[in-house]
Amino acid sequence: MTEVDLQQSLAALRPQFLRFARLQLRSDAAAEDAVQDALLAAIEGAPGFGAAASVKTWAFSILRNKIVDEIRRRSREPSFSLPDQEDIGADVDALFAPDGHWAEMPASWGDPEQCLEQKRFWEIFEVCLTGVPVKPGRVFMMREFLGLGTEEICKELTISTSNCWVLLHRARLVLRECLALRWFNDPEMK
Amino acid sequence: MKKMLTCKQSAELVSQALDRRLGIGERLKLRLHLVFCAGCRNARQHLGFIREACASWMEHND
Repeated sequence: MTEVDLQQSLAALRPQFLRFARLQLRSDAAAEDAVQDALLAAIEGAPGFGAAASVKTWAFSILRNKIVDEIRRRSREPSFSLPDQEDIGADVDALFAPDGHWAEMPASWGDPEQCLEQKRFWEIFEVCLTGVPVKPGRVFMMREFLGLGTEEICKELTISTSNCWVLLHRARLVLRECLALRWFNDPEMK
Repeated sequence: MKKMLTCKQSAELVSQALDRRLGIGERLKLRLHLVFCAGCRNARQHLGFIREACASWMEHND
């Protein structure tokens, strides 16, 4: 692969990378920066690739690192440690009756894997991800999209392990509820 | 956590099982709860599916 080829295949990745970064960082400007940095680093560090597929895998791993850097930077800002102490768990509490039963029992999603092939599903998925509150959302993204272990996340965000589990749980239940409401239990979608 | 788990506690363990290895006591209590609770069995399937969906985002969104 020539240098021009490499630049072209990297440029082709840009739209998808931007979407991914926006989802993670919830900021167009920060996403632009992360993708820009990642693509530049990919061009500079290119060790000569045979196939476009390996370029993508490699450039994506650079992008993931850039996003983790940005999240780490944000977590040092004073605002991160302050908010939402009072409303922690309110969204999860609302899903259960006072006696600990589900307020509404989760219904079967049938064979959900088939949705992965549907474009409309991913649009809803993105809407639901964006609806997860900021702090649980950040931990969830690091865990499920950036592939970090909970210990690493705790260290990066300077939160306790149990807090990390609570935030992950909260993100998952909010996401589950949204997907159930807007996709799986919506008669128009199925 | 004493005796039988509530659905709320069970959902917590279902989620944590995705992040750490549960203790033997936790696993037994959870298994027992899941035998009787279709809602929590569904929730477990949903959370597993959500993980799978996240992992395949790149593959399905280009």
